[in-house]
Amino acid sequence: MNNPIIEINDLEKSFGDLRILNKISLSVFEGENFIVFGQSGTGKSVLLKCIVGLLEPDAGDIKIYGNSILNLKTEKLNEIRKTMGFLFQGAALYDSMSVRENLQFPLIRNYNFSKEELEQKTIATLNMVGLESAIDKMPSELSGGMRKRIGLARAIITEPKIMLYDEPTTGLDPITSKEISVLILELQKKLNMTSIVVTHDLLCAEIIADRAIVLDKGDIIKEGTIKELTSSDNKLLRNFFSHEIIKQ
Amino acid sequence: MNIPKIKYLRNASFHEKLESFFNNIGGLTVFNIEFFKQLFTLPIEIAQIKKHMSELGVKTFSIVSIMGFILGFVLALQSFPVLERFGATDFLPATVSLSIIRELAPILTALIFAGRVSSGIGAEISSMRVTEQIDAMEVSAVNPFKYLVVSRVIATTIILPILTIYVIMISLIGAFIAVIMTDSMSFIYFIEAVISSIAFGDLIPALVKTYFFGYIVGIVGSYKGYTADGGTEGVGRASTTAVVMASLLILIVDMVMVKITVWLWPSIG
Repeated sequence: MNNPIIEINDLEKSFGDLRILNKISLSVFEGENFIVFGQSGTGKSVLLKCIVGLLEPDAGDIKIYGNSILNLKTEKLNEIRKTMGFLFQGAALYDSMSVRENLQFPLIRNYNFSKEELEQKTIATLNMVGLESAIDKMPSELSGGMRKRIGLARAIITEPKIMLYDEPTTGLDPITSKEISVLILELQKKLNMTSIVVTHDLLCAEIIADRAIVLDKGDIIKEGTIKELTSSDNKLLRNFFSHEIIKQ
Repeated sequence: MNIPKIKYLRNASFHEKLESFFNNIGGLTVFNIEFFKQLFTLPIEIAQIKKHMSELGVKTFSIVSIMGFILGFVLALQSFPVLERFGATDFLPATVSLSIIRELAPILTALIFAGRVSSGIGAEISSMRVTEQIDAMEVSAVNPFKYLVVSRVIATTIILPILTIYVIMISLIGAFIAVIMTDSMSFIYFIEAVISSIAFGDLIPALVKTYFFGYIVGIVGSYKGYTADGGTEGVGRASTTAVVMASLLILIVDMVMVKITVWLWPSIG
């Protein structure tokens, strides 16, 4: 571990009277796989969306590469976003575009690649996720697992330094979940990315995690390795993890 | 851009309905301002505009063709006995063509266009909103407003006047066929009478207002889609409310435009 790539200090976010994040502070270091655990509705996805600038926090600060991203102009924020990838819970593939167009979309919009380079990059990235045969398929023709893989391919095609995953294994069967988790770990090593993974899948976390936190009602209730979390005496943690272990 | 999402209120009180109404007006105003801000920023989405224009043309071509033909045909058939009663059947081409050009073709084409296109845009953009596709664009450092909204609004604003000119021609063909059925005049006489009865003051204001109608269809559909909330229910609501709002605004703007036309060209009032 060396420099913190992402630093969050006293982050607060509410929707109306409902407090989602309550003075959250954490640091994610370069090359680290950081897991955010928690039950549904505890503010995990909101935290990710704040980091990427989709939601504006009510208070606190988010620093990426040492610079605060709050109150940045859209152009400056977009420069930071170009170094980040985001895998959405439902993959968020563009329905009206083929797999090829989905992957090439961020490249065409933000960089000046030739047609040949675009094609090469697309095929190479699809190769990494093992789906080069789906290049001409439409999103509606893909299964849940394939959609996640294509979503992942679209996120990494720009070679991001930071990768954010929002529930990467939700809605998948255990075998596909494991495959996706292994793929995330492989890609992280291959591309030397720093990752934040929001999940409540213990198996996924065990495969990927270097370090993890558990969120509950907007507060961090525990931070540590997966082993430390699963062996904790905290009643809520024991409940949460025993449930996950039974599911596995 | 901070446009409030439109919350759907079940069993809303009068006060809540009133608040929602003003929220809509405020939101639509902010959305319009954002449109004009983005309109003059680069890049211009030429490819997207062309794609949307072509799609919109194909989507509405058949329905406006049928509507246009029936409009001209029925109008001529209905007008003939009335004019015959006063011995004024010679005025049939002028009456029919002026009604079609000044009012019926622009307004009916716009209303059909609103029904077909505004709902489509509302449904398309709102489904992208609820499935996080718009967020995905934003995270990819792409401006979704420019890509999705500005291109669509430009396309609807350009395509509606073109469709209206086409509907005028189809309606006149329909009217001529109805006239043939009454055996009252020749093709040459009909055409000459139509051309001699149309003035600059008839055609230009009628076409100018269709640009406004096209803009309304695009901006309302996009606004309803972009601010959709509440999953698949929100998608359905965005598409239906887009049609209602666009149709109402078209009728209000038509009323204002007719008044302005009469004020500017009193001779055609």
